[in-house]
Amino acid sequence: MTRIAQESAAEALQYGPTEGFDETKAAVRMVMEAEGMSPEPEDIIVTTGGQQALDLIAKTLVDPGDVVVCEAPTYPGAVPVFCSYEAETHQVPMDDDGMRVDQLEELCERLASEGRKPKFIYSVPSFQNPAGVTLSLERRRRLVELAHMREILVIEDNPYGLLRYEGEAQAPLYQLDGGDYVIYVGTLSKILSPGIRIGWAVAPPPVMEKIALGKQATDLCTSTLSQYFALEYFGEGRWRDYIGSLREIYRSRRDAMLEALDRHFPPQATWTRPHGGLFVWATLPDYIDTSDLLAKALRENVAFVPGAAAYVDGRRGSNSMRLNFSASTADEIREGVRRIGAVLSEQVQLYETITSEHRLPQPAQREPSGDVVPFRAPRGEA
Amino acid sequence: MRVAVLKGGSSLERQVSLRSAARVEDALASLGHEVAPIDADSDLVRSLKELRPDVAFIALHGPGGEDGTPQELLEILGVPYTGPGVAACIRCMDKVLAKHLLREAGVPTPDWVAFNSTAFRELGAADALEEIEARLGYPLVVKPAAQGSSLGVRFAASRDGVPEALVSALSYDDRVLLERHVPGRELAVSVLDGDPLPIVEARPKEEDRFNYEARYEIGRTEYICPADLPDDVAADVRDAASRTYSALGCTGFARVDLMLDTDGRPDVLEANAIPGLTDTSLFPMAADAAGIGFEELVSRIIELAVERRGAAEASRT
Repeated sequence: MTRIAQESAAEALQYGPTEGFDETKAAVRMVMEAEGMSPEPEDIIVTTGGQQALDLIAKTLVDPGDVVVCEAPTYPGAVPVFCSYEAETHQVPMDDDGMRVDQLEELCERLASEGRKPKFIYSVPSFQNPAGVTLSLERRRRLVELAHMREILVIEDNPYGLLRYEGEAQAPLYQLDGGDYVIYVGTLSKILSPGIRIGWAVAPPPVMEKIALGKQATDLCTSTLSQYFALEYFGEGRWRDYIGSLREIYRSRRDAMLEALDRHFPPQATWTRPHGGLFVWATLPDYIDTSDLLAKALRENVAFVPGAAAYVDGRRGSNSMRLNFSASTADEIREGVRRIGAVLSEQVQLYETITSEHRLPQPAQREPSGDVVPFRAPRGEA
Repeated sequence: MRVAVLKGGSSLERQVSLRSAARVEDALASLGHEVAPIDADSDLVRSLKELRPDVAFIALHGPGGEDGTPQELLEILGVPYTGPGVAACIRCMDKVLAKHLLREAGVPTPDWVAFNSTAFRELGAADALEEIEARLGYPLVVKPAAQGSSLGVRFAASRDGVPEALVSALSYDDRVLLERHVPGRELAVSVLDGDPLPIVEARPKEEDRFNYEARYEIGRTEYICPADLPDDVAADVRDAASRTYSALGCTGFARVDLMLDTDGRPDVLEANAIPGLTDTSLFPMAADAAGIGFEELVSRIIELAVERRGAAEASRT
């Protein structure tokens, strides 16, 4: 930072090109090459975080009433984006292998019979936020095929792809597609710093033109100062090592969380076992509302994200929660999960006391309220 | 005057508090006061001791804000503060205690039953649910005893919904009340220095009934002020609000929430010792309808706080 102040203050404090500096685009290419992609520099636009990329894409493509498809649950930050452009958002369930592409096909078919077509399909295929699951290679292929066959754009949001802790890397949708129908969104938030607000989009030229126009209207260009910081970082050449050390740290934190969940969560709960990323998604008995449970957890000084935020209707997912294992130490994670487990067990026992030992009948089994049908048994297989 | 604005805190209503406080700070500044915003955290007492304000404006909501806690601290520090005193705050925050006091004072309030979680866990209270439903009927309203802003309030349409509603309410407080549901119109009467202000009617969209977010999002609920009521009914409603204010020993101000049943009779649900002061809040709306603008309202509230302190000191000497 001192070096930028001394050597590049004049440039770093000026406006820059709307689509970002060539050097920043080269850094973006380097990051994407690490996952097997090599986009053309003119297809890249540097944005103020991946969030802006998502907003600009939606702004460019969505008219009120247009259909947009995303996962259930979806990235909570995408919900206000789709809502603000008045999209009709459909959410497709997931399982351990990510989005149920078969159900996506059914949805597209149903829409086609009404003469409608989604403007795009939004997916976080690797270590999804919030569910933690990863789209299998087979489904990735089918999704890309579907996009080609039906001529539907796919937005691949990939903030966590480089943060894999076990298993084989999966080819990004962008790579499988070759950049025809897949618009790629990336970010430095998870591999450098969220505060620097650097993200990007890669899109085919006709879409890119409109995104650039939108970017001009929104903020002219991404902070040049931030781009200089990012370039300085990539110039040092240690970014791969840094990601390597993040992987080590996050892997041990994930392991601590999964162990703690096994130990402290009641048997009525299930959760995902992510191979990378930052999140575990837990599903609780359907009589537990995690927004209410959060009130109880906060009194124990521990928090989680209630699942309803990941649903456009704000209602489904009310019995699920997102747990983030990236930002706390392994000991803090163990203690936090212990506390959440304790308040949860208390509520489960209370419910059972009220229903089973006494005269009240167990309410009739309802339709599952969350769409991620998780996943696997909480104990045993790892 | 140097006015400390107490805001934030760690309650679930923190955001609402910050919005109330922001508006109050602006008003105080344009009234020419020296404004000192204080986030209510573990440095609260130290900050107050250093600052030595002439008066504290309490813009805190929920447990830890309007339950008598900061009021007690301000008493011990000898700083005059806005709104009801310690005892009134305790009475308002505890919905069960408030309902007992209302019943004793002859103020109508919907029939209820209250339990703590121990009653369910250790004394088999669930076995009494048959008797409870015989007395209260369905739908019944399940509420935590101490929480504002309708957090944790659930309707149970039938027996099936009761356990889930109890578990939700018991997430916010160890004590819950099950209350007879009064169908009718939702009214709020703010009382300023003992005088009821014009009545506000809240007409939530059906799906948003008792929804926390709906209360603070502009446009989600329709408010009518003054409420369109026959004179005799309006008089009954104001009377119920005044009697609630007195029965709970409020001073300064309070907001009384009521239902007007289908026969036009008021039923008091609760009183809020520190009603919201945001730009969608009902207390400022009612004051405005009475011709009291926000700045004037803030000014009156400050005067009342200083007067009350003066009166308390005079009675002690």
